[in-house]
Amino acid sequence: MTEDTKPEFAEVTHERSFSRRGFLRNGLSVVGAMTACVGALSPLRELDGDDIPSVEKFLQRHYKEMNGTEMASALERIRREVKKRWDIDPVVRDVRAKDGVEFVYALNLSRCIGCRKCVHACVEENNQSRSPEIQYIRVLEMPRGTTDIEKGNHHYDRPTVPDDDHFYMPIQCHQCADAPCVKVCPVEATWTEKDGITVIDYDWCIGCRYCEAACPYWARRFNYTKPEIPAADINPEMSYLSNRPREKGVMEKCTFCLHRTREGKMPACLEVCPTGARKFGNVLDPDSEVSQILKNKRVFVLKEEVGTLPRFFYYFDERYPRTEGGLDGEGETK
Amino acid sequence: MKEYLRFLKRCFRLSFIGDRRYIAWMTFLSIVALLGLNAYAKQLVFGLATTGLTDQVSWGLYIANFTFLVGMAAAAVMLVIPVYIYRNKELHDLVIFGELLAVASIIMCLMFVVVDMGRVDRMHHMLLRFNFPISMLTWDVIVLNVYLVLNLHICGYLIYCAYMHRTPSKMFYIPFVFMAILWAVSIHTVTAFLYVGLGGRPFWNSAIIAPRFLASAFAAGPAFLILTMVALDRFTAYIVPEKAFLTLRNIVTVAMTINMFLLGCEVFTEFYTDSAHSASARYLFLGLNGYHGLVPWIWSAIAMNAVALTILYLPMTRRRGFMSVACVLLIVGIWIEKGMGLIVPAFIPTPLGEMVEYSPTLNETLVSLGIWAFGLLVYTIFIRITVPVLSGRLAVDRLYLRDAVADLPWSAARLSETKENEGSAS
Repeated sequence: MTEDTKPEFAEVTHERSFSRRGFLRNGLSVVGAMTACVGALSPLRELDGDDIPSVEKFLQRHYKEMNGTEMASALERIRREVKKRWDIDPVVRDVRAKDGVEFVYALNLSRCIGCRKCVHACVEENNQSRSPEIQYIRVLEMPRGTTDIEKGNHHYDRPTVPDDDHFYMPIQCHQCADAPCVKVCPVEATWTEKDGITVIDYDWCIGCRYCEAACPYWARRFNYTKPEIPAADINPEMSYLSNRPREKGVMEKCTFCLHRTREGKMPACLEVCPTGARKFGNVLDPDSEVSQILKNKRVFVLKEEVGTLPRFFYYFDERYPRTEGGLDGEGETK
Repeated sequence: MKEYLRFLKRCFRLSFIGDRRYIAWMTFLSIVALLGLNAYAKQLVFGLATTGLTDQVSWGLYIANFTFLVGMAAAAVMLVIPVYIYRNKELHDLVIFGELLAVASIIMCLMFVVVDMGRVDRMHHMLLRFNFPISMLTWDVIVLNVYLVLNLHICGYLIYCAYMHRTPSKMFYIPFVFMAILWAVSIHTVTAFLYVGLGGRPFWNSAIIAPRFLASAFAAGPAFLILTMVALDRFTAYIVPEKAFLTLRNIVTVAMTINMFLLGCEVFTEFYTDSAHSASARYLFLGLNGYHGLVPWIWSAIAMNAVALTILYLPMTRRRGFMSVACVLLIVGIWIEKGMGLIVPAFIPTPLGEMVEYSPTLNETLVSLGIWAFGLLVYTIFIRITVPVLSGRLAVDRLYLRDAVADLPWSAARLSETKENEGSAS
């Protein structure tokens, strides 16, 4: 700035601020603008304590980067939060994948009767929001003679199932080996574990819902609002990567009940199934039931053409000789 | 440095000075922006449940606006090419207006992405674990931010040089200008790939999306610039060369023609083969299984685009009025096509064949309008500063700020008031 310009410019400033009318008007405008801003932001007063992250939570690192003590304090924090909100003492653990295990699901379409017991058992096991209810499993009522899911009925409501003219096709996360949801996540908040289960770090997800758009099986769900679960319905057996309560604004999905299955139990949807249509196990073990099914049954995957290599297989029982036709033959027996 | 701060201070003060129309326009925009802020505060409290989005249709108005605005940001580059490659000097100043539009558009883009996020408090996770180069969204974050910086640098530098009466040093901006040309293409391509890369959404998973996106962007952006030029020509002392209008009109016409051709290609592919993959297109253009939510939108968009293109081809667009009408029709048409027509139908039916329709809620609409108002506010301020700088009324050796506004009709009223005040003060 040159010396001679400075005072003259300053003079202009003075001229303006000493004008009383101008001062009053400017002052009023500033006050008015600030009041309007504060007014516009006033709904923020209702922000929940949980919505504003504590320093500890804000600084919490990505699941894969946390060491033992950091994980322990994260689990302790989750315990505290559950205790505070529902007055329940949960068991919160970090259940890790085991070597030599790759989980696979097989579903017998000849047996499924469409009772939707799996849908509800899943909600209870995994602490999903009850209001609005989030369900990981969608059962389609399919007309015989097609496996085109666009022909399925999502909202069938019959006094009794099964209906003779239909078969039933439950769909949940297919735990793809080449998962598009994992590819698209900008912050690596979701990934596939070594035992084949795609998981989400709920504390890392930024809620952009790109994974939800990418999933060809419509397996992902978003918490559009704060999940509500009555205290009586909380499942206190929790794990970090699966069924601990989620927050508003994050994604969630089926994890093959990893807190159960990694410790040798079966998923909740399988245990509740009244017909034994659901089979689950380690495909790396040649004697497991799922290995036998993959070897001996006529197995198919949904939407094979999208090339995501699902670990979820469907099959029909071979009730008729092969010569009478496979899937189509089923429809013509009536 | 000190001089630069003084420049910024003068710019800040200048943005509050103008005639009644200017003040009214700015007040209006501020009010709408504040309404949007209020709506966003509600969204922060209650979550995205305040929007019409569902697990079935998980992207809607926000992402639609984002997509459209990425397109608008192309306006700059379509002017840069004639100026710097074909050395058309008359349009030199207009490049700056184009780049400022790009800056304002990118700011709006980033805001639309932010309001779409479920957890804004975790934005820093992007810096800590960035899934690059696998996730296309990370590419988009990079290209948009770099494009913003590039354009801020180019027009910031040129305007400041004009203010200081310096001849801009070519080394400091020409390389960036050429980079910005490539970059403008990249922001569209990457944003298109964001959608195209999803194998589970057949409506998007088509190679034509990226070229169509470019074509429509190169029509909408320059069309918006034409409207800006018409406004500048009318409301300020700034005289826009006739040639600028003609160049812009030609760009819009060619881009729009290509866009309509590509639309035809797309419609043919979807409907002639009639495969199961055309369900979304069927829903969009004809309605599916009794659901018709988007049909009136897309047909009105196509009608608007067709009318606009027809007007553009007729000699009557030499008249500003007709040209403006064509531009407005075209912008609205492309907004619908890129928003309601490109984003929403990809979710209907869902990958499992469920039909759930989407319509934005009031809160969501207010947030979107608020962002638009904020963006226009920013753009108006940019123009408010640029016009007097380019015409030499605001410069380092002009001591009184009011010099900057003296000859502009939009500030005449306010100026006389200032004089009055000075009189009463002394």
